[in-house]
Amino acid sequence: MHEETLTRTVEGPETSQTPVRASERTRAVARYVSEFERLDPRVSRDQPSWLAEARRAAIARFGELGFPTTRQEAWRFTSVAPLVERVTALAADGLNSVDRKFVESLTLEGVTGLVVFVNGRFAPKLSVLDRLPAGVVVASLKAALRSHSDTLERHLTRGANGHDHPFTELNTAFLDDGAFVSIPAHAVLQAPLQLLFLSNNQSEPTSVSHPRTLIVAGEHCQAQIIERYAGAGDQSYFTNAVTEVVTEREAVVDHYRLQNESAHAFHVGSLHLTAHRASTFSSHSLTLGGSLVRNDVVATLAGEGIDCTLNGLYLGGGTALVDNHTTIDHATAHCGSHEVYKGILWGRARAVFNGKIIVRPDAQKTDAKQTNKALLLSDDAQINTKPELEIFANDVKCTHGAAIGQLDDDAIFYLRSRGLRYDEARAMLIRAFAGDIIQRIKIPALRAELEATLAAELPQAVP
Amino acid sequence: MLEIRNLQVRVAGKDILRGIDLTVNAGEVHAIMGPNGSGKSTLARVLAGHPEYEAVGGDVLYNGKSLLGMDPDERAREGVFMAFQYPVEIPGVNNAYFLKAALNAVRKHQGLPDVDAMEFMTLVRERAKLLDLDASLLSRPVNEGFSGGEKKRNEIFQMAVLEPRLAILDETDSGLDIDALKIVANGVNSLRASDRAFIVITHYQRLLTYIVPEFVHVLQGGRIVQSGDKELALHLEEKGYGWLEREPAGANR
Repeated sequence: MHEETLTRTVEGPETSQTPVRASERTRAVARYVSEFERLDPRVSRDQPSWLAEARRAAIARFGELGFPTTRQEAWRFTSVAPLVERVTALAADGLNSVDRKFVESLTLEGVTGLVVFVNGRFAPKLSVLDRLPAGVVVASLKAALRSHSDTLERHLTRGANGHDHPFTELNTAFLDDGAFVSIPAHAVLQAPLQLLFLSNNQSEPTSVSHPRTLIVAGEHCQAQIIERYAGAGDQSYFTNAVTEVVTEREAVVDHYRLQNESAHAFHVGSLHLTAHRASTFSSHSLTLGGSLVRNDVVATLAGEGIDCTLNGLYLGGGTALVDNHTTIDHATAHCGSHEVYKGILWGRARAVFNGKIIVRPDAQKTDAKQTNKALLLSDDAQINTKPELEIFANDVKCTHGAAIGQLDDDAIFYLRSRGLRYDEARAMLIRAFAGDIIQRIKIPALRAELEATLAAELPQAVP
Repeated sequence: MLEIRNLQVRVAGKDILRGIDLTVNAGEVHAIMGPNGSGKSTLARVLAGHPEYEAVGGDVLYNGKSLLGMDPDERAREGVFMAFQYPVEIPGVNNAYFLKAALNAVRKHQGLPDVDAMEFMTLVRERAKLLDLDASLLSRPVNEGFSGGEKKRNEIFQMAVLEPRLAILDETDSGLDIDALKIVANGVNSLRASDRAFIVITHYQRLLTYIVPEFVHVLQGGRIVQSGDKELALHLEEKGYGWLEREPAGANR
């Protein structure tokens, strides 16, 4: 790939969408607030008071923050106007209309447990939870509030709170059900667990669901967890997902987030990691669908000797917008973070990458490396990329680099001169670009699926 | 096999080749020599189908078909091969994987089945040995981090695997030390066959001591100004290209 190395923000137009009128925005906020008030008495009845209070605090905070505008730095290149205008209802119960075959097509081979949610609600009949290793808990949050109330009180909403992210607040405010995963100390899972969040919105208006996940990985445990978000066909819906992960001492967790939303879907998702001493965590964020996508990863390294890897691969075509914001907070000494995000864009797709690394005063001997690359297959595709390093310690190693490029014509000619057709040469170079991210995926079935997806998407990825 | 008729090529609005005539028959080795900027590499690239090299006049017939109308990959599948003067580094594309895809593209065109994995490895190991190419280079990305000599040997190695009918070597000798030059020449000589032809482009006579051509042509100012046998190369080595400017083209073509 021919690369132009950039260590600065690539400027682009702020947004191509027309801004929502302030009144529209206020009305939308009011709609969510009144929906909250309508549901709150029923939802609170089944919840402990700490959670009901957390939800009320969240809706209040959302009311203050409102929907973000492009005047805010964190949303500068991402207008949520289409989502604010079009999403008007909370998703109804879609359980009965989900086809089992559809679920099976989205279930990875060889998983040790599958928990399915439809429009944010637990679907016990579609879930497969009878093969779980001893001590491993995979349950709906609703059930876990009764069976694991102490664990939930200790962790639920604690990681995601306080980031002033309006969509995260909204998710917390509507927290009614979701997924709870608990890996006991010293447990080593031989096969991955899969959480599947389906959206099923078969009628107008465009509706929203707020999937919520809490993963608690006990000391010395080892687990691979896959979260997959998907919707049928070309339905229009909004998934507003929040995941909190806690890795206790020396836990080893690989987290895969596969986003296969429909081409018309809105997806806002955040992953909040709270890592404790000497734990190892890897996040693989794989964005393969959606028309307007915003992913936030916030990793707080709260103990010495943590190793944190953030891998990202996103594909965008047509008029899609994919925004990845990551924050790695080195709060303690002797932690390493390795971040590589790569995007492949075609058509008039746009992408945003913002990678923040905070190194707190106590976080000496931090080793942080951030790389972000984008492959633009058309002249109209664009990316805005920005590293943000806030370093308050003096004995640290922090590097970052960004590269934006197009396919190398010389390389295409070289491959063609050996007999490969133009489309084959191109596909080979695109696969090579994504190759290192795919290689880092440790689940063979997932790696194979991703390669197949890439191969299927590529013919459409024309300039 | 190859018939170049009054070929004129323009690159970025500039006339580089101004009427080349050249006939290459199967089994022959033709050397093309000439000073810098004479159009040698342009000739190689236009034969290989580089998109930036536009033929504005004349024609090139390859086994009776017009080569200029074919895509570069089509030419390759038909048996045309160019060893690049500056091979491109392609990060992330495994050398062996790429070569297998290329070989299968050629085989498919010939109506042959895909090469069997074992068969391929045997072939590749044998040809790598011929070029004294470290087998570990096969599992590395194409040309990435290869030394200059390794890149050139990798080109000839690819040629040895793909077994083209017409091979064009674009200054394959440049940047090679004498040992590497002998290895490359040995590789080329082992592929010489009655149904295969070579066009060897070089600035220096040195390579032609090891790859002995049937014909030597001198390219200057976009035209072939002199043709002869291998003695012409020695003559040029002795006298340089300057005498050609003083003596008008002894155009025997």
